Amino acid sequence: MKVCSTVRGSRLSISLLLLLLFCEVIFQAHATKSFEDVRCKCICPPYRNISGHIYNRNVSQKDCNCLHVVEPMPVPGHDVEAYCLLCECKYEERSSNTIKVTIIIYLSVVGSLLLYMLFLLLVDPLIRKHDPYTQPLQNEEDTEDVRSQAEGAAGRGNTVLERVEGAQQRWKRQVQEQRKTVFDRHKMLS
Amino acid sequence: MPLWSWPCSPCRFQWHLEEVGQELGADGSINIPRIIAAEAETSMTPTEEMNGSGNLMDFLDEPMPDVGTYEDFHTIDWLREKSRDTDRHRKITSKSKESIWEFIKSLLDAWSGWVVMLLIGLLSGTLAGVIDLAVDWMTDLKEGVCLSAFWYSHEQCCWTSNETTFDDRDKCPQWQKWSELMTGHALGGGAYVLNYFLYVMWALFFSFLAVTLVRVFAPYACGSGIPEIKTILSGFIIRGYLGKWTLLIKTVTLVLAVSSGLSLGKEGPLVHVACCCGNLFSSLFSKYSKNEGKRREVLSAAAAAGVSVAFGAPIGGVLFSLEEVSYYFPLKTLWRSFFAALVAAFTLRSINPFGNSRLVLFYVEYHTPWYMAELVPFILLGVFGGLWGTLFIRGNIAWCRRRKTTRLGRYPVLEVMAVTGITAILAFPNPYTRRSTSELISELFNDCGALESSQLCDYINDANMTRPLDDIPDRPAGPGVYTALWQLALALVFKIVITIFTFGMKIPSGLFIPSMAVGAIAGRIVGIAVEQMAYHHHDWIIFKNWCRPGADCVTPGLYAMVGAAACLGGVTRMTVSLVVIMFELTGGLEYIVPLMAAAVTSKWVADAFGKEGIYEAHIQLNGYPFLDVKDEFTHRTLATDVMRPRRGEPPLAVLTQEGTTVEDVEALIKDTDYNGFPVVVSRESERLIGFVQRRDLTVAIKTARQKQDGVVSNSVVYFTEDAPQLPASNPQPLKLRRILNLSPFTVTDHTPMETVVDIFRKLGLRQCLVTRSGRLLGIITKKDVLRHMAQMMNQDPESIMFN
Repeated sequence: MKVCSTVRGSRLSISLLLLLLFCEVIFQAHATKSFEDVRCKCICPPYRNISGHIYNRNVSQKDCNCLHVVEPMPVPGHDVEAYCLLCECKYEERSSNTIKVTIIIYLSVVGSLLLYMLFLLLVDPLIRKHDPYTQPLQNEEDTEDVRSQAEGAAGRGNTVLERVEGAQQRWKRQVQEQRKTVFDRHKMLS
Repeated sequence: MPLWSWPCSPCRFQWHLEEVGQELGADGSINIPRIIAAEAETSMTPTEEMNGSGNLMDFLDEPMPDVGTYEDFHTIDWLREKSRDTDRHRKITSKSKESIWEFIKSLLDAWSGWVVMLLIGLLSGTLAGVIDLAVDWMTDLKEGVCLSAFWYSHEQCCWTSNETTFDDRDKCPQWQKWSELMTGHALGGGAYVLNYFLYVMWALFFSFLAVTLVRVFAPYACGSGIPEIKTILSGFIIRGYLGKWTLLIKTVTLVLAVSSGLSLGKEGPLVHVACCCGNLFSSLFSKYSKNEGKRREVLSAAAAAGVSVAFGAPIGGVLFSLEEVSYYFPLKTLWRSFFAALVAAFTLRSINPFGNSRLVLFYVEYHTPWYMAELVPFILLGVFGGLWGTLFIRGNIAWCRRRKTTRLGRYPVLEVMAVTGITAILAFPNPYTRRSTSELISELFNDCGALESSQLCDYINDANMTRPLDDIPDRPAGPGVYTALWQLALALVFKIVITIFTFGMKIPSGLFIPSMAVGAIAGRIVGIAVEQMAYHHHDWIIFKNWCRPGADCVTPGLYAMVGAAACLGGVTRMTVSLVVIMFELTGGLEYIVPLMAAAVTSKWVADAFGKEGIYEAHIQLNGYPFLDVKDEFTHRTLATDVMRPRRGEPPLAVLTQEGTTVEDVEALIKDTDYNGFPVVVSRESERLIGFVQRRDLTVAIKTARQKQDGVVSNSVVYFTEDAPQLPASNPQPLKLRRILNLSPFTVTDHTPMETVVDIFRKLGLRQCLVTRSGRLLGIITKKDVLRHMAQMMNQDPESIMFN
């Protein structure tokens, strides 16, 4: 029962975390548009002897047309209409905050995964060498049912640390099993 | 009920039909014709209800945690899962009348499906947005960096810049190429070599990171995932395939793999990611976490959400799930997938990753008309798509088989690095392969307005032409177009070859985007050819009717789109969902006919060379136990030819309904590795009464030994309603009727295999017992059926994966 409740607790916290993440991202997406998040871009092709030009201004959506954006107007008054007919204006929005937050979150996730990987590959074996309990734990797994074994391992732990330890061991075994299936035996995903 | 001609205790079925028929109808779980389970499910349902209605107090009355679960690499029994869900549902309905709290609980239970869908949509939409943004940034990181803010991609970096000019649209001082940053020179041979070198280095670095992360943390995260998801949805258990680590690693490495410039796309993996989300959230609700059948309904809907965000095509996603991925797709799931796809698309739209208020990079919008005569090139593109599909499937499967069986498979990291290196070295010199494939497709789909700056739009303009933008007549091609044509031709060859070797490597890789790129390149080339032909030969009969001089009659972008659809159709053999996806991408209803023509042609051509699409081919290569609904079984074999035991084999391992001891049962479990045992009246008569699953038996005996007093090794096990008459000296007997399936599916020994295969497919059975005049003869399992089918198709029957 205890195991069950902790599992549920961790699930709940995970889902809460995810919800927070959504809210964050969606909120960021709808955060007040700073000046660099809105643009009206007008592309005007070459006309008579005037070369093509790109105009880029920060105006509201309803003002996003050639007359408001193209400044200074390169043609005399009577030609404005013909010139503006050729221009294409597009109103665009983006959220620079979302981009910033996303990239930074992504990089930190990759960074922490890399650190954890280094830990698992380099530091962990060194610590494990002095730990007499790990070896039998891995061997006895082969004979017994994985699931009950795993639960037993998790249940045995009393402190939080031991429980985390148990969960980590269980996870490592699973990954090892997957690795065998995919990379060594080529049973799946080839 | 025409299917019900075989004898299987008719009186019991009558009773079931009356009892359950109504409730299921009210539940709304009507199945679409793909699986005619509706009738069968009503008749097969209440096994447990019946079993549980025993009047004796049972130690098993409280449900055991492990009964009804499956082991890794086993198939589920759809009928059993359905009956368990009906039981659960009935229990909740009857309880809900007791108190208000129970009533609220029943309401919550009814709503939980929609809540799961909402959560899936939110998470998969968010993840797709993150992936899009990160890919955008990392792809450009190979070429340079934004000085004002490092997290901006090239386009975002120059977004507000006023320094961009008409001729050099994507240049701005904030964005610096690596050579500019390091040596100060943007142009020249030295700068080119330096950029080239760094491009290759970044590509190698990204792919190395991807493949190591996959290898260390989640090996199941590699590949496209759709073949496996198809197998899982058809009722197979692969533990950990949809786990949290797989979700995390697949998301992270997908970005790395796509950014490394390899010829792969994010669409297939996004389906996998969405399914992982589905699995994650379904574990929050006991309705789904405890029932593998119900869980698969959620996963079907999640697959729809995945395609919805991958292509920005919500309806296309739902149809994709229905046509390509799902095995069991009741109407209820259709509505739920619709909702999930909607939420996912909405979430992605609010993140707005591309800054164009669209869900995909290569969204196009044009409404130029097409003409009947153009159907000829469209159909030719369809033929090309079919040929490409065949070539790709054959080549890729041959290569993957080599990887699976030879030494090549031992060096996954090296293989990924080598392919990345070759891709990057060959891709950089050609501007069409250097950029990301999505951008390439986007450019190929685009129509050439007067404002387009790309080389593909370098037509010779009439000097004094002043016309509105969207009505530009056909023009002669300029030198830029001809340069672009041969570059595109080289890119086409390169993409065709490299994609065959890329798909199936040990990193997340989808094939939608590369397939579409191949088709789009071919289509654009054909489109330009037709356009120039029409321009130079107005007087030809075929052009005379619809292409006057000075008119805009051929749109090369449309050809690119049709070509993309054809190639994707040739590889995956989709039809309906493909056309809907393409139509949602373009927003033009008028192009449905060309797209349909191309999709159907490519399917015909590809089917002429081989019946199976790439996903089925991979399922077969890996030997997943997938019973395809599309295949036909036409051989004239009988159930008795397939059933175990064969002639000369030891007799079937059975249990008798009473008189076996706990010790005997344990010995039977230990000595055999069968997944279930038929229960008969006695060994002499061999009259069948039921079927018991191995796992349930193990768990029940273990629990009884721990919790129930007096159960020892020589306690008698009985499956009957009442305890057998025993001398008082005997230890207490153990009743196991609760775990006995009293309505196992039976056929007679002369049932044709055609029918048996149909039953397995449509009802999702796990095993079926064979009887002759009530006597048990043998058993047919799904494994036997699959092996038999493989044998009939001259394949190695031992290749089918089963534990």
